[in-house]
Amino acid sequence: MSWGQSMHRFANPARFLRLSAALLPWSAGAAVILTIVGLYLSLFGSPPDYQQGETVRIMYIHVPAAWMSLFVYTNMAVAAGAGLVWKHPLADLFAKAAAPIGAGFTFVCLVTGSLWGAPMWGTWWVWDARLTSVLILFFLYLGYMALVNAFDDPQRGLRAGNVLLLVGIVNVPIIKFSVDWWNTLHQPASVVKMGGPSIDPTMLLPLLVMAGAFTAYFVAVVLLRLRAEITQRRIQTLRLSAAGEGAQG
Amino acid sequence: MTDFLSMGGYAAFVWPAYAIAALVLLGLLLATWKGLRDAETTLKALESARPARRRTRPRADGKPDTAAGTPAGASEG
Repeated sequence: MSWGQSMHRFANPARFLRLSAALLPWSAGAAVILTIVGLYLSLFGSPPDYQQGETVRIMYIHVPAAWMSLFVYTNMAVAAGAGLVWKHPLADLFAKAAAPIGAGFTFVCLVTGSLWGAPMWGTWWVWDARLTSVLILFFLYLGYMALVNAFDDPQRGLRAGNVLLLVGIVNVPIIKFSVDWWNTLHQPASVVKMGGPSIDPTMLLPLLVMAGAFTAYFVAVVLLRLRAEITQRRIQTLRLSAAGEGAQG
Repeated sequence: MTDFLSMGGYAAFVWPAYAIAALVLLGLLLATWKGLRDAETTLKALESARPARRRTRPRADGKPDTAAGTPAGASEG
């Protein structure tokens, strides 16, 4: 790849950077406000559960984190498809920028689930379909991050990572329907299901507000990470061109 | 207040759940912020080390070379 081509590839995110600069304050502001309101509703504004008592408050972290773990992965897989088909450099970089955030949400989901399972199920962990498939999702995130950084040529790393993301998408419906397909300790869906949510509005509201807060957080942080990735690309291009000139000398 | 903090006897499970979430999300935000700042500092240093130099080769796509001489990040604050 000549310098001219690489400049053409990496000089074009200027429009994205303008868009992200406009979006960033809104997503960051929404994340802060929704987190404050969501925490208030989760800890003060909602009743204890009639069966689970105060441990139900773990749900307001656990369930939105679980939704985000699937949402972020699905977004990354769509971006991976776009990156492979249309060779759009921003799509590749989006997947790379989003991966640590998705891994973070999956980690939070697993740990809070464990903290919820210990008092309510009497166990920190069981190898049932839901828990195991979410653990696999966590490893998919980590595997993608390791793979992307395992090549000397970043483009090859991104392409290999995109293939992994597309193969791993099969895990997303497995997670979603694991509670219906297999007999698991984990309860079935009570919000995203046919016939509408079966959860009380006083508990549904904090759940949705926290989900909004996590989504806004994801948008803000992924924009910052994308900006950093684009900056890294420029650094790399400048260094390569400087090295090329040195060789021509 | 003590009543609230005790979480009906489940304080040891509820509060760590919130703490882990806060730690992970804030830690990720700080790491992202630092990574971005470091990258921008490096880019600035690289650009100021080779200022306003014209490219010797024409662009691959044959369009006029408007970008030459302007540091790539100059228009963004």
